[in-house]
Formats: sequence, C-alpha cells, structure tokens
Amino acid sequence: MSAATTVAERPGTSPEKPVRATGKRRGPRRQGGPWTPWLYLAPALVVLAGLLIYPIYQLGLISFLEYTQLQVSGGEPTTFRGFGNYAELFGDSQFWDVLLATLLFAAACVVGTMLTGCSLAVLLTRIRPLPRLVLMLAALGAWATPAITGSTVWVFLFDPDFGPVNKVLGLGDFSWTYGQLSAFALVFFEVVWCSFPLVMVTTYAGIQAIPKEVLEAASLDGASVWRTWRSVMAPMLRPILIVVTIQSIIWDFKVFTQIYVMTGGGGIAGQNLVLNVYAYQKAFASSQYSLGSAIGIVMLVILLGVTLVYLKLLRRNGEEL
Amino acid sequence: MSEARVVNGGRTVAVERATGVGVRRWIRKPWRLAAEVGALLIAVVVAFPLYWMVLSAFKPAGEVRSERPVPWTLSPSLDSFRRVFEQGDFARYFANSVLVAGSVVVASALIAFLAATAVTRFRFRLRTTLLILFLAAQMVPVEALTIPMFFLMRDFGALNSLVSLILPHLAFSLPFAIWMLRGFVKAVPEALEEQAFIDGASRTRFLWQILFPLVFPGLVATSVFSFISTWNDFLFAKSFIISEVENSTLPMALLVFFDAETPDWGGVMAASTVMTVPVLIFFVCVHRRLVSGLGGAVK
Repeated sequence: MSAATTVAERPGTSPEKPVRATGKRRGPRRQGGPWTPWLYLAPALVVLAGLLIYPIYQLGLISFLEYTQLQVSGGEPTTFRGFGNYAELFGDSQFWDVLLATLLFAAACVVGTMLTGCSLAVLLTRIRPLPRLVLMLAALGAWATPAITGSTVWVFLFDPDFGPVNKVLGLGDFSWTYGQLSAFALVFFEVVWCSFPLVMVTTYAGIQAIPKEVLEAASLDGASVWRTWRSVMAPMLRPILIVVTIQSIIWDFKVFTQIYVMTGGGGIAGQNLVLNVYAYQKAFASSQYSLGSAIGIVMLVILLGVTLVYLKLLRRNGEEL
Repeated sequence: MSEARVVNGGRTVAVERATGVGVRRWIRKPWRLAAEVGALLIAVVVAFPLYWMVLSAFKPAGEVRSERPVPWTLSPSLDSFRRVFEQGDFARYFANSVLVAGSVVVASALIAFLAATAVTRFRFRLRTTLLILFLAAQMVPVEALTIPMFFLMRDFGALNSLVSLILPHLAFSLPFAIWMLRGFVKAVPEALEEQAFIDGASRTRFLWQILFPLVFPGLVATSVFSFISTWNDFLFAKSFIISEVENSTLPMALLVFFDAETPDWGGVMAASTVMTVPVLIFFVCVHRRLVSGLGGAVK
C-alpha cells in the first residue's frame, strides 16, 4: 500500500520509527510467512464479512426492492423497484422533518457533551484530589449506566406525578414527554449525562500529559482559565478532541435506545423520531422493510461522510493509522 | 491518579515559590475553594439519578408513588426486588444476559487481540485499507441492520435462540475493540519480540505466552464496551426472540415493568438497579485501564 511507504518516508516523527524499520527489515527472518497476519486476521474478517458486510449488502439490496410483509411470508414475489423506495422516501415530508430533527438533535448533543466534558476536565485540574476523586466517581457511575436503565431512571426523575425534578423546579404536573421540544430536551439531558464522562476523562488524561512547564508559563503570564484553554490546552489536545468529537457525532447521530425508551418509540405522532428509530418503526411497526432499509442506507451514507472527514483530519495531523 | 496528585501539588508549590509573594496564594485559594464546591455540587447532580434509582428501588410502594417524593426512606423494603425476581423467569433472563454478554466479551476479546496484533505488528499490503475498514465499520448504524440481520438469522434458523443475539453483537463490537486494542498492543516494545525470537520462542508461543498476558489488562478495558453494548441490548432481543420467551434477556424484563400504561416505578427502578450494578462493578475495576486505552485509541 502506498500509505505504508508514506509512513516509512516521513521523517522520524517519533523514536519508535527506527525500531519499526529494523523490525521490517528483519521481517522475513521471523518464523511464519507473509500470510501470518492474514491468519491472525482471519477470524475477525470472517465474522465481519458474514455479519456486517453481508447484512449491509442485503440492506442495500432490500432498499431497491418491493419488500413488505407479503414478500416476507412468500405470498408475493419480490420485485425490483430501482430508486422507487428512495423516491417515495424523499417525497415524504416526514422524512425531511425527521432528518432535520436528527441533525439538530445530534448537533445539540455533541456540543452539550463536548462543552460539559471539556469544562469539567479543566475544572478537575484546578481542584484538590479529594473533590476530584468524588467528581470522577460520579462521572464513572453515569458512564457505566446502561443506556436502557439510564433512560428509565431519567423518565422517572422527570415524571409529572412522582418525579422529584418537577417538585424541585415547581413545575407542577408539567409533562416533559408531551411537547416535542421538552421531550427532546429530556433525552438531551440523559444523553449528555451518560456521554460527557468519556470526554471529561479522556480530555483530563490529555491535559495531564501536557508538560507542566507549558501550563506554568501560561499561569505566570497571567493567562485566564479560558485563555489557557483556548491558546495552550486546546491546540495541544487537538488529536484527542478530534477523536472524542467524532465518536460523539457517531454515537449521537445513531441514538436509538434513549429515544425509543424515553419517548415511547418516537413520541406522540412521531414528533421525537430520529432516523434510526424511524427506520426501525418503518420496518418493524409498519412492515415496510424496503423503506426502512432505504433510511438505513441514507444514515450509512451520512456516517460514511463523517468517516471521510475524520480520516482527512487524521491525515492532516500526521497521525499514522 | 496518585501520580497526577503529586505533580499537581508540586506545580502549585512551584508557582507560589516562583512568584514568591504570599498574595498570590490568597488570590488562588478562594478561587480553588469555589471551584471545589462547584465540583462537588456537580458530582451530586451527576450521581443523583443513580442514587434516586437505588433509593426508589428500596422505597416501599406507597413512598414511590407519593406526590411529595423525598430523597430518603425511613422504611426500606425489598418488595420491589421481590416483584422483579418473581416476574416470569427473571433468574433465567439474568442468566441469559450473562451468557450472551459473556460469550460476546470472550469471543470478541480473542478475535480482536489476534486482529490487533496483525495490524500493529506486521506491515502488509492492504493494512491501511483494513484499518479504514475497521474504522468505518464503527459508523454502521447497528439498529438499521436489524432488518437484514433478521432475515439472516431466520435463514440460519437461529431466530429465537441466544445465538441470534451473540452473533450480531460479536460483529458490532469487534471493530471498536480492534481499534482500541491497537494502542495496547503497540505499547509492548518491539525489542521484546526480537528477544523472544532470539531466545527461540515460536510465533505462537510469543503470541499467547508473552504478548497476551502483557495486553491482558487492555483487553479487559476494551471488553467493557462490548459488555455494555451487549448487556444493554433490547432491540435484537425484542426483534429476534419472538416466540420462545424463555430466551429473553434482562432489558426485556425491565421493559415489562416500564411499558404498561401506569408503570410500576418501584419495579422498574429495582430491575434497573439489578441491571446496572454488575456493569458498575466491572467499570470501577477497569476504569484506570480505560483511560489509557482511550488514549491508545487516539494514537
């Protein structure tokens, strides 16, 4: 591959490069032939080919077919519809509403998660070990909570009749799941709650790895917290921040459990649907498997775009894959 | 964390000594105190949902359905847990969940270990392509694949069995596991490998007796993610386990309490507690490795 040569040609960015070069030269002398890596990769490739790539191919295929309950039960033969399903999908105004809601919701979640995670990471560096440990443990608890139990607990917290939140805020019997925006807000809180710890812990670890002299110098120059973050930490943490942002985008774009559980499968009249839940409902609730698959393909294409951006950013950073 | 503590403490002292003025200390202190109080308040808010979950699980039914919820209980009861454990085959569902998550964790750890070794310890054609494939595979919206996966499992005759839950999760957790394990495998010095071969160790021997134990802690950290996603799954359980209810898993049992018109909140919270505690324990045990693992996934 050309990338391998790029790596070798790039001037030694890290001390491990020469070692690797030696390893490469000695490669043939090692036991095992050139097929050894493929032997190690075989189980993974078999599993991925059979259970990931083949289903994706099937998903694409179904999205071009007429495929409903009749075809599943074998009552009618499957027919090829070409882009018919897509045309139907794109002609449906609900699809555009859901797509917009998905994008806005995911963007809000990513921004909320990153802001919370990064500011708490900076906060962690400014406090003594005991409060730091307490905050870390609390965050670990939120992180470890399975999405499904997190969802039920948050719904209960915001329950109009028996939840403590409405009592504390004096909202009476305000139903959070009734309105579109408040329902999305509720899910947003849960998503940020369970995903900020990853950002916080990773960013904090990253800040710890920044040479102390750099931060000291900033502090001596009288830089404010914000200024230190903006001009010193953030640029040095760039690779880490890119990774966690991309991970957040991927996860938040694909949110399923929270929406499904907290809004009862997409909210009143589908007002809280996001693409993922929409695809599932189309396929399994109304047996329109081909439409559901077409939505899945649309998601796949969007996420593939995110992957490409990610790869580009990695390359620009000079990261070796 | 102890290392960070020392370093951080040392930094404060250094700064104070450098400025040499006590004034600086006085300015710093109230700031830090405010920051610490803020941090503790945030910790309370973050931990509150979990506290409320456990609390509500132990509250007697009357208190859970009280119009004036209070953050304590004077008469803890196990009634909610009793209802949960008596519902259907709860022990069976729990065992199923453990079996499914356990199989996925072990299988994906072993397969990912081999694959991560291949892509970090060897240079070969298509290596970069494969890495990009593993990266892209993480983006796949799992839920959308329920549709073709359903047909695949039906054709396998695996519907209604635990295999229909194990296989998809294995496939979905592999890419991230490989991606994250790379960092751990890379961290093992190449010199060690050279030395092992000079000492006459075979490749297999090096792999399982030297590399594997060294990477093991990372393997455990990586497993947390496979474990959580599998443990959490209700979509495949809902879609693939249709008629043979005894093969159902924990989340399905939880949703039984939740789905009703008037949810049995005590039951929901007790079931949620039962579901969350094993993950919490797993997490606390490996969290230190987790951080370095994510750092490794970055590089």
